[in-house]
Amino acid sequence: MRPQSLFDKLWRRHVVVEETPEAPAVLYIDLHLVHEVTSPQAFSALDERGLKVRRPDLTFATLDHSTPTLQADASGRPPYATKDAEAQVRTLIRNCEKHGVQLLNLGDPRRGIVHVIGPELGLTQPGKTIVCGDSHTSTHGAFGALAFGIGTTEVGHALATQCVLQRKPKSMRVIFKGLPPDGVGAKDMALAMIAEIGADGGQGYAVEFAGEAVSALSMEGRMTLCNMSIEAGARFGMTAPDEKTFEWVKGRDFAPKDDDWERALAEWRRLPTDDGASFDREVTIDATNLKPMITYGVSPDAAAPVDSRAPAPETDSEREAAAYMRFNPGQPFSEIAVNRVFIGSCTNSRLSDLREAAEVMRGHKIAKGVTALVVPGSEAVKRAAEAENLHRIFIEAGAEWREPGCSMCIAMNGDKGAPGELVVSTSNRNFVGRQGQGVRTVLASPATAAASAIEGKITDPRPYLSAAKEARHVA
Amino acid sequence: MSLDKFSALTSRTMVLPQENIDTDQIIPARFLTTTSRKGLGKVVFYDWRYDEDGRPKNSSVFNGVDPQTHRILVAGSNFGCGSSREHAPWALVDFGFRAVISSDIADIFKSNALKNGLLPVTVDEKTHAKLLASPGAEVTIDLETLSVTLSDGSGTTFEVEAFARRCLLDGVDPLGHLLNQLPAIEAYERAHA
Ligand code: SF4
Repeated sequence: MRPQSLFDKLWRRHVVVEETPEAPAVLYIDLHLVHEVTSPQAFSALDERGLKVRRPDLTFATLDHSTPTLQADASGRPPYATKDAEAQVRTLIRNCEKHGVQLLNLGDPRRGIVHVIGPELGLTQPGKTIVCGDSHTSTHGAFGALAFGIGTTEVGHALATQCVLQRKPKSMRVIFKGLPPDGVGAKDMALAMIAEIGADGGQGYAVEFAGEAVSALSMEGRMTLCNMSIEAGARFGMTAPDEKTFEWVKGRDFAPKDDDWERALAEWRRLPTDDGASFDREVTIDATNLKPMITYGVSPDAAAPVDSRAPAPETDSEREAAAYMRFNPGQPFSEIAVNRVFIGSCTNSRLSDLREAAEVMRGHKIAKGVTALVVPGSEAVKRAAEAENLHRIFIEAGAEWREPGCSMCIAMNGDKGAPGELVVSTSNRNFVGRQGQGVRTVLASPATAAASAIEGKITDPRPYLSAAKEARHVA
Repeated sequence: MSLDKFSALTSRTMVLPQENIDTDQIIPARFLTTTSRKGLGKVVFYDWRYDEDGRPKNSSVFNGVDPQTHRILVAGSNFGCGSSREHAPWALVDFGFRAVISSDIADIFKSNALKNGLLPVTVDEKTHAKLLASPGAEVTIDLETLSVTLSDGSGTTFEVEAFARRCLLDGVDPLGHLLNQLPAIEAYERAHA
């Protein structure tokens, strides 16, 4: 048989009805993740037609977007930003009760950001098709799954039929050659990739990330990379499953057990792309030259090394972006003052991200006038971080340690910046107003965000990281 | 729930020349706490139309056009990038738009738009440049012939995914189509149990 890519294999295994010129394929969905923002209208669509959720056992809901990250008051009531936010949360609770959908409700020790809890609970597994009404669903592709974001109408389709209509996208492979230098991580690789192919470079493609640097990444790192595929326009991002993947999944709540595990493992080992498989497009990025990256514009492809200077805008859109960001051409990024730092989001809120930020912050204070928010991705991440006393490092440095949720990534739960403020953020979108009206967002890794909090300026984290490494050796 | 049919539309254009107009611009996240699909037209492009105190901005093109006569939005490339929020097409349709023309429209937005009677039209660079340069131009979009025609008679053709086109032309409902596939879905489940 013709050599096949990971994507080909995942696609083929889930086709219920082949696509024709007249109609897209009917694709079976193994796991449907649901959250409060993109589901209410989908549940109403079902109710209007008298339909039930077809496979509540394959549907899993969590609360993350509109939920407060401040603790409940004495009466136990969480401090919702608005009445609408509270109503939205209640709507999901009601819909899940009515349709028998499992929900990680507020107070559930397993609750968290949808793309953090899937892998954490072992719901996310190699070989699965996974959808969610959320464009960062590609995160789960890090496990060798076919995971993609859908709109609310399609959420309704998946609820009612456990299938979606989808044409097979084209395929692209992005190969990171060699290993990145010290101090350069998955977020930097992601930003470098987006800068390379552009915010629409992945439009219409399913992207497989491969190469030495990708194999060397931890599972968390691979999730960060796949998470950002959509920022290059690609709905699907994935990496081949390997021993690290299996190690991650093994023993988690929803992972296969005993004989099932052995059977699953045998299947998963057959998933990686065959030698000689072809792709519609291939891009190679030299990982050995990469540096810590930041963004300087209002689109994630406006990314550059942290130790460089703001480029001169060339197009009208770039001029508008530069005016919004108030970066002068030729100005070193290291001179740009920071008002606020956000460490969190489904891109960078897992334990390894918090460890990275804590390593930089340990023993330092954040600069005067700078506020920093650290928001763990899930209750489990929060517990694990607290068990290692990471929260103390943040609090002692002067940062706030919050309850899990999307928080300032999307700024719809009340956590946001003030107009004109510059926020260094570990999230995934630097769009105008994404973190509050008039807020200027600079995307960066947890280490860069932490270093920038300490210095009150956009800061290269590498000196901090090597000092921390040295301190570890001495100790 | 059957869709509103769409076959041909002649209307004036409103132009937003910016590239990479993302869904956070189309509808800022703070308006996503709604549980309804309706009424979002009043917050479409909110931060472009109103200042921080909620006063209309004079500089905004939105405040100079009548949505009843300007039903075609012409936008810079990579329109609709960002999140999967279907609130974006809901808001555009509720405001009055029935079509968006760009040189490049983001995948999820395109798919969401088609499900809500908002036609995404991707045109070549030359036609795009011409449309960007002529705000208020009268344009005809024909879904039967897949053509875009300007009032001077110039124009081009475009592509729409065949199934989505049929849904729009005939008012076919995609969920109905999927529900008709239930026997195949059940067979798939039996084979993969
Ligand atoms: S953290 Fe941000 S990107 Fe991730 S799911 Fe939440 S809002 Fe979306």
